[in-house]
Amino acid sequence: MCGIAGLIHRGKSSDVGNELQLMLQALKHRGPDSTGYALYADNDGENFIMRFKVGENVGEGSTSVNEDDSVYDKRKELVDQMLKNLNATVVKEEKLTPYSYRYEMKYDQDLMEFSKKIESIESVEILSIGKSLELIKDLGDAQAVSERYDLGKVKGTHGIGHARMATESGVDIKSAHPFWGYPFSDVSVVHNGQLTNYWNNRRVLENKGMRFMSECDSELIAVYLAEKMRNGASLEEGMKDSLSGLDGVFTYFVATKDSLGMAKDTMAAKPLVLYESDDLVAMGSEEIAIRSILPHEIDTYDPFDGEVKVWQI
Amino acid sequence: MANLKTTEKKTKAQSMGLHTEVLTGKTQQKFFNPDEAENFYYWGTYDVDFNKRIDLDVNDLDCKEANKKIDELMSQGYGTIVIKNPQGKHSLGVGVLNKLNLIFEGSLGYFGVGSIDGPTVRINGRVGWSCAENMMAGKVVIEKNAGSCFGAAVRGGDLICKGSVGARTGIDQKGGTIIVGGDAGAFTGFMMQRGRIIILGNVGINLGDSMYDGTIYVGGKIGSFGSDAIESPMTKSDVDWIKRKLKVAEIGENFDVSKMTKVVAGKKLWNYDALEPTEKKGAI
Repeated sequence: MCGIAGLIHRGKSSDVGNELQLMLQALKHRGPDSTGYALYADNDGENFIMRFKVGENVGEGSTSVNEDDSVYDKRKELVDQMLKNLNATVVKEEKLTPYSYRYEMKYDQDLMEFSKKIESIESVEILSIGKSLELIKDLGDAQAVSERYDLGKVKGTHGIGHARMATESGVDIKSAHPFWGYPFSDVSVVHNGQLTNYWNNRRVLENKGMRFMSECDSELIAVYLAEKMRNGASLEEGMKDSLSGLDGVFTYFVATKDSLGMAKDTMAAKPLVLYESDDLVAMGSEEIAIRSILPHEIDTYDPFDGEVKVWQI
Repeated sequence: MANLKTTEKKTKAQSMGLHTEVLTGKTQQKFFNPDEAENFYYWGTYDVDFNKRIDLDVNDLDCKEANKKIDELMSQGYGTIVIKNPQGKHSLGVGVLNKLNLIFEGSLGYFGVGSIDGPTVRINGRVGWSCAENMMAGKVVIEKNAGSCFGAAVRGGDLICKGSVGARTGIDQKGGTIIVGGDAGAFTGFMMQRGRIIILGNVGINLGDSMYDGTIYVGGKIGSFGSDAIESPMTKSDVDWIKRKLKVAEIGENFDVSKMTKVVAGKKLWNYDALEPTEKKGAI
């Protein structure tokens, strides 16, 4: 059982960081292990924003091996060296925690090759690359993660988030959601459910050159959609295809720079409540998440089985 | 095993045909005895006055506190309780075992009004998953939409949703009536064992999958039939009964009931057809 939430403001910007934090905090009981945010912020759109980690959070509840901070610093130096080799120019550099960084950089080459090179450094994982996407995930509940990364002040148009109860893999950042739609900029995915044909799909996709960083079944959705889009499918086409391509029970959200989508499996086994108005769409695993930002009386509904919806900002 | 002893003098219970034997010994079984007034006490119930009305704002209460408060109010004799600001909270109004007018001014989360036995509930909003699960008796009316597993394992009473409902409506239903004014999702009547479901709108795929018994009436299109579900001809008594139920539910006033599709179980259970109706009840 995990909790997912998402919202999109159509035609305007809002306090998405704070709103998503409230929604995910309301879903804390569905997933206390880790929380993740994919916020589409009001950035200038000039530079790429790369968020990456050089190690794991080894705090309370973590299943990761303890490492010294000096190891993290060494890996960060290797990343800087690699960026120079790749002719990427770092405009702004922020150290968020001992193990995670946010870089603003200029880069105009192929992102797949870029990512492969960066992630060839031991224990380095790119959490996201995009011109709008700010992907943050860490151990703890929504409020703790929001305070740790100062997300309350992030303004933007849309975002998706996830409160995780670890079932298929460890309690660590690499298995936490959202997953970046590698190698596409600004694509992220959150998922509630279990995928039963994970390994079959993973073997096929790895043979096609796609990359998996964790053993979390949910990562498959991001990779699956990315592979479809790489072959020319639209986001919505990829999502509709996933209803038959992915086996198991799932409700997932996917977000891009200017859109937000949801898909529900053909068994409708995982919950989703949806609120839709002209200027706002909010959805979550439970109504209580939507009520946390819309306390007045509203009309909500459960999408039916096999339903795919995509909204534009 | 307990010793069996036949008594010459019949107790009141025996004369009513409740049982004919008296068990003695270490494992003596206590039968219901109408001679003893304490046997009429139904634990957790209260005598309430419907004219005694109170508003309860649960905005700052969690579900346990809110349910405890409802219990306290019933113990004070309040028979009409209006819940303000339910805000999609889970498990509100569960376990009410007596007559009561319970009104929610807003929406409920999951497992709302579960395991109730007797109250009349009106929800002026929507409900989440598993609303009125295990309901024994009473009437529940939802003004807007409902989530999945609506009326899971209900055993009696009327459960009415004026909007649309999610998947697996009436899953494991054992009795009572579920009425839906709008559409229903996949697996409606999944593993249904008894009772009736009326859907005025469309239903999704696998209608009545693995149903054992019971009847489903559908007014709109059917996505597909599930295993063991088959269509059966509508009779005049079906039409009359549905009309009466819709009138009570205050929906479908001008709905053409005669054009509905009736779905029943096509599965042949072991020795089921040879059983008496009362025995069938025990078999499933």
